[in-house]
Amino acid sequence: MINPLAIIGRTILDGLGELGRLFRFAAIATSHIVRPPIYWRLIGQQMWLIGYNSLPVVGLTALFTGAALAQQIFVGGSRFNAESVVPGVVVIAIVRELGPVLGGLMVAGRVSSAMAAELGTMRVTEQIDALVTLSTDPFKYLVAPRLVAAVFTLPLLVLVANVIGVLGGFLIGTERLGLNGATYLQVTAEFLEAADIYSSLVKAAVFGFFIALMGSYHGYNSRGGAQGVGKATTNAVVSAFIAILFTNLIITVIVFGVTG
Amino acid sequence: MTPPMIELKNVKKSFGNNIVLQDINLKIAKGQSLVIIGGSGSGKSVMLKCLLGLMAPDSGQLLISGKDIAKISASDRKQVLKKIGMLFQSAALFDSLKVWQNVAFGLIQGQGLDKITAKKIALEKLRRVGLSPDVAELSPAELSGGMQKRVGLARAIATEPEIIFFDEPTTGLDPIMADVINDLIVECVQDLGATTLTITHDMASARKIADRIAMLYEGRIIWEGAKTHINNSGNAYVDQFIHGNAQGPIQMDTAKS
Ligand SMILES: Nc1ncnc2c1ncn2[C@@H]1O[C@H](COP(=O)(O)OP(=O)(O)O)[C@@H](O)[C@H]1O
Ligand SMILES: [Mg+2]
Repeated sequence: MINPLAIIGRTILDGLGELGRLFRFAAIATSHIVRPPIYWRLIGQQMWLIGYNSLPVVGLTALFTGAALAQQIFVGGSRFNAESVVPGVVVIAIVRELGPVLGGLMVAGRVSSAMAAELGTMRVTEQIDALVTLSTDPFKYLVAPRLVAAVFTLPLLVLVANVIGVLGGFLIGTERLGLNGATYLQVTAEFLEAADIYSSLVKAAVFGFFIALMGSYHGYNSRGGAQGVGKATTNAVVSAFIAILFTNLIITVIVFGVTG
Repeated sequence: MTPPMIELKNVKKSFGNNIVLQDINLKIAKGQSLVIIGGSGSGKSVMLKCLLGLMAPDSGQLLISGKDIAKISASDRKQVLKKIGMLFQSAALFDSLKVWQNVAFGLIQGQGLDKITAKKIALEKLRRVGLSPDVAELSPAELSGGMQKRVGLARAIATEPEIIFFDEPTTGLDPIMADVINDLIVECVQDLGATTLTITHDMASARKIADRIAMLYEGRIIWEGAKTHINNSGNAYVDQFIHGNAQGPIQMDTAKS
């Protein structure tokens, strides 16, 4: 006899156990960020790997999304003779939601998986054990630099994504939909508020933390050879996606839920 | 009487239902070279990982110069680890770093030496294991298995540790390369006067490196003695292992991986 309640109970307990381990991992890693030695060179190296190499994919995503958004809002708005809302809605949607979320997801796809694969390979080839025997803390040497780099790099990437997203809307608006270029930019500027930009960057930093955390956590704890590393990579991306979408909702509700 | 350099007392370790170490008791005197032989999956690597503090035993004591590695604080453990060099089964070279940076790693990170001094020492250690300075600039992925083991050996001896652990130093190498590595180990250990613990299932290697040999079977040390006594141990398990017979008291559980 299989008791369904027992299965549900076990699943919930396993999930909580995993969450506890993740939290502990995050706490240890974060504590190492501020305690010396700090590996500046490794932080710089990771920022380069995360930031520069993600620029093309983040830029293209923002460009196409901004353009598609402008097209849809134009079609919807023209039913009420409200084509002029296009720039305002595009900039709000991009800066508040789509820039950070899509940017975060694209970077998570690239970076969480790469981190999990790299640390996972280091785990199964005993390189992480070797670090310990050479008097080096793997949290300090491997995890902390990745967390710091991602937290600082994601806001920069999202800033670029926001600008390019608006540009995508601008291009399709002026080239295809017959909107006036100067008016477009003016309306964009009028609609955009400082809080939009701040919340966008805060989201990006939080997403950066989760991207590096999930990549590191799953890679660091992977076991069982190549298959284990593959599983770690998949889990890193999926859990980073969920963390990004969930924390995005939380931040949106906190920042915009009251003022509307 | 000076206490042994390394001592294991009643060490137990299991993973779920899989009891790997039942009750391990061992002593290694300063300057001595002990080789532990045992079949694949008998728990040799697990024992080494417990000794390095990479894994916690379920119970028992793992003493290194009298300090229990599993119970001391993280900073004390770091001090103990500075006295230990380790050659991993797969060499475990950092593939993001060049060969010389691998060898210099413990000197720079652990001892805080500057890069130029550390590189000089690294090149000297590489020469010691028969590798030329041009190899130093390569990445580990560009090396053959035998060369990787040599780099791993150079890295293990770079900080001139008092204790060195070798995890299957010759596994995966052809017999000639294996013998080269064995000779290098013997020479390097003599240079340093180090205390060593080697685990292997390669009898030729064990005979070359060891002062004493112990056999691990079903989570216990079932025989221990001087190398010269291994051929007349009077122990049926040891006899079967050193002659590599399929018939004997050791039953291969072929159904289990
Ligand atoms: N981290 C681990 N988790 C669970 N089981 C492990 C772990 N490490 C080793 N084992 C198990 O312990 C046993 C001994 O492994 P090991 O010490 O690697 O053997 P060997 O003597 O070949 O070095 C094996 O059955 C292995 O499956
Ligand atoms: Mg092993």
